[in-house]
Parts: sequence; structure tokens; C-alpha cells
Amino acid sequence: MPLLKFEQGEFKSVIAEPLNELALSDWLENPVKADAATALVVPNDVDVETLDRAINSFGAIILEMPKFTDGRAFSQARLLRQRFDYTGEIRARGEILWDQVSFLVRCGVDGFDVSETTKKNIDAALKEFSFVYQTSADGATPVWNIRSKHSAAA
Amino acid sequence: MYRYDEFDATLVAERIAQFRGQIDRRLSGDLTEDQFKPLRLMNGLYLQLHAYMLRVAIPYGLLSSRQLRRLADVARRYDKGYGHFTTRQNIQYNWPALKDAGDLLTDLAKDEMHAIQTSGNCIRNVTADQYAGVVADEIADPRPYAEMIRQWSSFHPEFAFLPRKFKIAVTGSDNDRAAVKFHDIGLQLIKNDVGALGFKVIVGGGLGRTPFIGPTIREFLPVDQMLSYLEAILRVYNLQGRRDNQYKARIKILVNAVGADGFRDLVEKEWATLNQNEIDLPKEEMVRISNYFEPPAYEDLSAESEALDGARAQDPAFDRWVRSNVVAHKVSGYAIANISLKPIGGVPGDATSEQMEIIADLAERYSFDELRTTHEQNLVLADVQKNDLYAVWKILNAHELATPNLGLVSDIIACPGLDYCHLANTRSIPVAQAISNRFADLDNQEELGELKIKISGCINACGHHHVGHIGILGVDKKGEEFYQVTLGGSAAEDAAIGEIVGRGLSSTEVVDAVDKLIAVYREQRNPSERFLDTYRRLGADVFKEALYAAA
Repeated sequence: MPLLKFEQGEFKSVIAEPLNELALSDWLENPVKADAATALVVPNDVDVETLDRAINSFGAIILEMPKFTDGRAFSQARLLRQRFDYTGEIRARGEILWDQVSFLVRCGVDGFDVSETTKKNIDAALKEFSFVYQTSADGATPVWNIRSKHSAAA
Repeated sequence: MYRYDEFDATLVAERIAQFRGQIDRRLSGDLTEDQFKPLRLMNGLYLQLHAYMLRVAIPYGLLSSRQLRRLADVARRYDKGYGHFTTRQNIQYNWPALKDAGDLLTDLAKDEMHAIQTSGNCIRNVTADQYAGVVADEIADPRPYAEMIRQWSSFHPEFAFLPRKFKIAVTGSDNDRAAVKFHDIGLQLIKNDVGALGFKVIVGGGLGRTPFIGPTIREFLPVDQMLSYLEAILRVYNLQGRRDNQYKARIKILVNAVGADGFRDLVEKEWATLNQNEIDLPKEEMVRISNYFEPPAYEDLSAESEALDGARAQDPAFDRWVRSNVVAHKVSGYAIANISLKPIGGVPGDATSEQMEIIADLAERYSFDELRTTHEQNLVLADVQKNDLYAVWKILNAHELATPNLGLVSDIIACPGLDYCHLANTRSIPVAQAISNRFADLDNQEELGELKIKISGCINACGHHHVGHIGILGVDKKGEEFYQVTLGGSAAEDAAIGEIVGRGLSSTEVVDAVDKLIAVYREQRNPSERFLDTYRRLGADVFKEALYAAA
């Protein structure tokens, strides 16, 4: 499936470089395996609290999204970014609809392993909404903050 | 009431554009029905038995006259000239065409309305006490907090694909008119020892096939930390709620599985790790939102109204309506007028376009241009001068809107049932109509006093049968419609889940059954005792005997 990266506010198509993937369960069983791996694969039924160790040694963490209706990866991504300060790539992989892309970006996902249909529309997906009501992992300024700046300026 | 600014209006317009695109992708085949379904549901569009149904959000039940006129116009233009007010204080249209949905939403947006998150596995329209801001028993007005929740939960990026739907209710009073113990989260405003305002946080109540009275997981949460605490609850639920079985996916199942204390620990631990300052609203935004809910410009009136007293003395029908449908207002000289959408023999919660327009005119002229919807499927004019009540009543009465039955036996909650809903086992509306007709006599109703009958056409319990003083649940037995009776439920501060009394009854038997139950009450009650109180005092047996002895 096509791979895209989200950098500095836009999507770039990238050629998928081969990653040495390590399943989370294998890593938990045998931490030494991390030495050779470049990406950690996290199923969406995993409590990411258990990741509270050297996750920054992985260049990428791949969140598996087998069904688009299962929203656990959204919380997993935010936890990785905001609790564990993970700075590498968080890649969402699986059944991901175009309509979910902006929410995933807001939760800190910056790699997308998605279908051709989703890829085709992905630039438009980010432009659907001009404002947000709440803070998340993307650093976007919520409307309440814009409002208070407006009134301060007035 | 809250008014949209440029940001709110832009977001609604953008949501419509997005939804139009989703409909186009479905029609072109880019989206499968399986993929389209969760997306259309998140914008209130259901596929029912005969047609699409669109549910429009009425945040915490508050409407302006202008908005109600728009709802009337939409009903006429895109539906069959009526709308149905729901138990979530929303309105739904039963007959719109898919191709019209975009235009319908564009029309609604002209008056700051939308269908965002009125369905689907996301945070739904937040509900509140319909008497917010106007009753004396209130500790604080819940509406500003409901509005803060509306904004925070709209397009929340983390919580759009939850295990199941998620409903939040807020009340400012000990007298619970918002059923806070039967919501995924119920928030009750309280003051602590030093007079600071906060919430009692109740989590994991609910109806459906597994009813629970929600436990309190926090006795006092300062109001300015509300959103971060909600975020912690939602995150625990999103990650740990069951996804293997949709009937066990609500938060109540998780809370029950880990226990209230266990769940509290999970939430408090999550909350402690959140950067609360980033999530919670700053004081100036809380003040900005609260200012929209400042009391209107009440006139200085005396508590007594000669006009009211005179009209009551002279017109018994009006006097009866005042006794049953008018509630005390906290401001001298004003009253709260309830408009029953339960005419004898009618469909609970339905209103025609013409009726909506009449009510909008009344609200504009007599009640500061606003009205409320209630979770019991009625409407409220919250700020009527006592001097004007007779004029208001005469107009209501001329349009079949003055049924004097608030809280009485014919003020029935009923789900749409098999007349509309593809989940239903049985019809609900005809049973409600038959009961209403059986007890049509108004003297009889008033003499019986408060009696809440609630009817669901299947175990999903949209008609809240578990919390009916008398609950009626439709079940399918070998292709035939049967009804089980439950007794002793309550959605109020004395929350209770009704108990099933025995085998299912046919649709005619169930109307007789209500009669028999009421006969027991009549015979056994102590003075000023409600049906529910008598039931609680005597227990189920005497009622069961009356129901099944002869059979």
C-alpha cells in the first residue's frame, strides 16, 4: 500500500524503505531484539503503558489499525507523543479512511500506510476543517485560545 | 443562550461540505455501505425500516424561536410536515431523502443548527435539566458547562471511534430532572464546604439490555477542571472498553467489571498524567461562555397575579392546566409553562410544523424568545409572566398543545418502535395511544397523580422502560408481539431500575394490566402517596397477584 509522511504541514509520498519490524510481544519477551530492529509494531489491543521504556531507540512505531471503526490507535498515538515524548515516526497502518486522517494527524500520527483511495484524497482531508475546539498532540491552537487573543487585541 | 461566533459557524459549514462529499462518495461507490454507515451515523443519518431518518441536535435542549421556525420549515420542506422530539432533547425527521440531506443541513445551518454527533459511536449531544436557570432548587446553572462540553466534544480527534455511543448529562439541582444516574457520565453541580462550585461525577449508568445505576466516582471535581477529567474518563474507556461484543461495549460494562473503585483509580491515574492546563478552559473563556446564559431582563413583578387568579377562578380548564403543567419560577411574578406533546391518543413527542410555529410565536412574544425541549419529550416556555399565562394557554389550547397531563398517566415516553425502527421487536406508539385513550379522563388522571409510564419496543430501551414507575418492554415471541411489565423504576434522584413482574402480555392485555395495577394503587394508597411510593411500601407481590391471579 502507498506510504506517506506528514511533515511540516503537508503529505509527501515516500518510497517504502524496508524496515526491520519487531512485534511488541517479541520485544517484551526479549528486549535484546530491539538492537537489530528499526520499527516496533504495536497491535491496537495493547496497553501502551507497557511501552514505558526505551521506545525512542526505534525510528518508527507502527500502530496497527485492522478495522477503521476501532479507535484505540488514536489514544495510543497521543500517549506515545504526549506521555512518553516519543519523537520518531508514528505510522498508522491498516484500514484507514480518508475521513480519519486529520484526526490521526491531530493525535500525533505522521506516517500513513494507506489504500490508494485514501492516498488520492489525503491532501484535501487536512483542509476540511479550519479550526479545532480542543488541544491534542498536534499543537494546534484551539478556538478558545484564538478567541482570547482576539478579545485581547480588541 | 449561546450564540455562534465565526468559528462555530465555520466549523458547521465545513462539516456539511465534508458530509456532502461523503454522500457523493457513497453514491459513486467509493465508499461501501459498511464504510459509509459509521460516517453517516456520526452526522445523525440512520437507515430505518422505511426510509432514512435524520436526527438534529438541540444542545442541552435550548432553542430560539427562530430555530424552532426553521425546524418547522425543514419538516414541511423535507419531511411530511412534522417532527419527533426525542428523549435526548433532540428532534428527528422520519422521512427525508438521502439526496436532500445536504440541503436540509445547509438550511439548518442558517440558524446555527446541525446533526453533528447525534448518532454513532462518539460523544453525543449533551443534555441538561430543562428548568436550568429558572428553578429555585438549583445550585448553579448547568448550561454553561453543557456548552463547554459541546465544544470540547465536537470533532474531538481522539474520541470519534469509541467502543460504543457515549452520553453525558449535566444538572444543577438535587432534584434530578436530567437522569444523571443513567448516563455514561452524569455531572451534578454541587458546592463544597468552602462554597466552591464543582461536580459530583457519576459514571457508568445506563439502560439498554443491562441497566445500571451509575456509581459516583468523584464527590467533588472543581468546575474549572471538568474537561481534563472528562478526557481522562474517555481515554480509559476508549482503550479499555470492550470491543468484542457491541452489547457489552458501553462504559457501564467496563465500570461494572472493574468496580467503581477500580475505575476511579484508572481515571485518577490517567488524569494525573495529563497536562491539564492545556485541556481545561482558561477562566476568561469560561466567563465568556457563561455570560451567554445570564438571566434575561426580568420585569419587577409582584409574586401574586390578579389576572392569573381571576382567569383560574373563571375557567376550570385553564385552572387544571395551571395545576398540572405550570411550575414555580425562581423570579417573582414569573412561571415555567410546560407544553405537553402528549395529546390524548396522540404520538408521544410529535409536533406538526404549524404547532412548532405557534410555539415559536409564543416563545418570542411571552418567553424572551427561547424555549426548551425535555428528555420526557415535551417542550417548555421557561419565562412566562403569570399575567400572560391565560393568553398563552388559550393559544396552546386552540392548537392541541394544552393537554394538562405533565407527569400524569398519559404523559408517556415511547420509543418509535416497529412503526419506524428496524431494531424493534414490537410497536410502541399504538400501545402508548391505547393507554392514553383508556385513561383519557382528566379528573381521573389528576386524581391518580404522578405516574410515569415508559414504553420500549425492544431491549435497547430507547423508551426508558427500566425507569418507568410502570415500564413496558416489547418482546418478540415466535413472531408475535408481547409486552413485559416492569414496576418500580425511577429516573429521578430516587433512581431505581424496575423489576419484571411476570410473563409477557398481548397488546390488549397490557392495557388492561395498567388498569389492574392502578386499581391496586387506588385501593392501597395512603394519602398523598404516589404510585411509586405505594409500590415501594407494599412490594411487588400484591401487584403481581392482581395482574396474573385471574389468568
